[in-house]
Amino acid sequence: MSQQITVHDPRGYPPKVVGKRLAPRLTTLDGKTVYLVDCLFDNTDVFMEQLRQWFAERLPAVNVRVIRPQKTWSDDEAMRAAIAADGDAAILGVGL
Amino acid sequence: MPSIAVHTHVFQRLSKATALAMGMPRLRQAYVPQPVVDRSAADLRAYIEGQDPISRRPFMQEVIDGLLSPLDEADAQGLTFERTTPRLVEPDTEDGLQRLFEKNCWTDMLPIVLPTEARVEAMLRGTSHPRDKIVGRLRPTAFREYWEFDVEKVAVNAVMAGARPEYFPVILALASSGISARSSSTNSFATITVVNGPIRNEIAMHSGIGVMGPYNHANATIGRAYGLLSQNLQGGSVPDDTYMGSLGNWYAYTAVIPEAEERSPWQPLHVQKGFKPTESVASIFFGGWYTHAGYGPRATWQEKMRRSLAAVEQYSEPLFVMDPIVARGFVDLGFDTKEKLIAWCADNALMTAREYWDNQWIQYLMRPRAVAGVEPYASRLKAKPDEVITIFQPSEINIVVTSSSPAGRRRARGR
Repeated sequence: MSQQITVHDPRGYPPKVVGKRLAPRLTTLDGKTVYLVDCLFDNTDVFMEQLRQWFAERLPAVNVRVIRPQKTWSDDEAMRAAIAADGDAAILGVGL
Repeated sequence: MPSIAVHTHVFQRLSKATALAMGMPRLRQAYVPQPVVDRSAADLRAYIEGQDPISRRPFMQEVIDGLLSPLDEADAQGLTFERTTPRLVEPDTEDGLQRLFEKNCWTDMLPIVLPTEARVEAMLRGTSHPRDKIVGRLRPTAFREYWEFDVEKVAVNAVMAGARPEYFPVILALASSGISARSSSTNSFATITVVNGPIRNEIAMHSGIGVMGPYNHANATIGRAYGLLSQNLQGGSVPDDTYMGSLGNWYAYTAVIPEAEERSPWQPLHVQKGFKPTESVASIFFGGWYTHAGYGPRATWQEKMRRSLAAVEQYSEPLFVMDPIVARGFVDLGFDTKEKLIAWCADNALMTAREYWDNQWIQYLMRPRAVAGVEPYASRLKAKPDEVITIFQPSEINIVVTSSSPAGRRRARGR
């Protein structure tokens, strides 16, 4: 049992990680449009509505809009285009 | 555009690991307590006005800082790096290697057969495919990155499971399916595999008494190999990191059965799906969430079947596994094809629309489709709360006949 043996590593091959830069941050939220992206998990709509109300009460100078993808777990290009068209920032959430 | 992602706190490790794998280790992320599901609006407002449970700073301060705080050099560049896995691990004793494999979460926490070079060579003789051929890619869930693997890596995991070379074609087919037997879903999904065609007998799979139990080497080790290869070739199945199943799943140890085609009164599963009887096919059912058991059809079988169908989670389509005695009992009642019995089940899988929609996974997965007008979900959404609706389509129900009938039994399993 003390004899040394050689065995294979059972793991697969991970892809190379390619760095992505973060988008520059804003200097202020006043007058900006912030999208709240509802990821469609159960009750996320309630969370996002509360977040929208928080902004309306505490930071009324921020224009806040809730938006949802058409389908769960999908990259909704139309939604991204809508956000890119007139949005300045996005808050995405939230699961379970 | 600046953005910040909000998660519940139990997903901290997973969300940070995912951001790292995406090349954005400094991705702005904020956390609220779990759960969000089933919490009232007031509860969720309290989350928003409370602390981020990870940073211990006010949650909304985290969110706003995430959108406004200037980036530094590391933020602007992201992180590029190569990850590699070696072909061989450092030599050690058998005991030492067993401990290493267990410590690294490369096992199912049972002892494994160590994948020596000689054993892997022997396993590779079970296939005509070259060892360095890339045969698939797997990932624990839809938002994680795929890992690739070649034939040799599959053979390594097959050895670890205790499989024999003659089983390797089935194991290789499962590996190349693209479906992981180690899903990271919080639902604790597992897979159940049904094998059809000549290979069942060629490799001495068992479709007789105790078919689902620990009584056949091929059944047991093929299923174990599928689990081990899934976790190791996809980059892990480690709780809090690459596995988030709430309760886990016993089917994850091994769940492979052959259909008893010779004793079934009906078409084999693979022929139903368009394959020739002479083709060997492995069908993977994703779910494994529940098991209902019952006997063959007697006077009140319809009531029992309706209760069984209504008891399942309505997003998890049923797979009926029947003893041949049960199947012949249904034939005697006029169900001379599987399709006829499946049609009866689809017509009798019923619940109120209120109950159907009062399910978080249905809300999450099906409601968006219903809102988009996709049938049958749109009609189910239009139904009044007390209206009784069907919950499965015939294409979502499957029947497999197996065992050799010491007594008639059937089971309904969540896919």
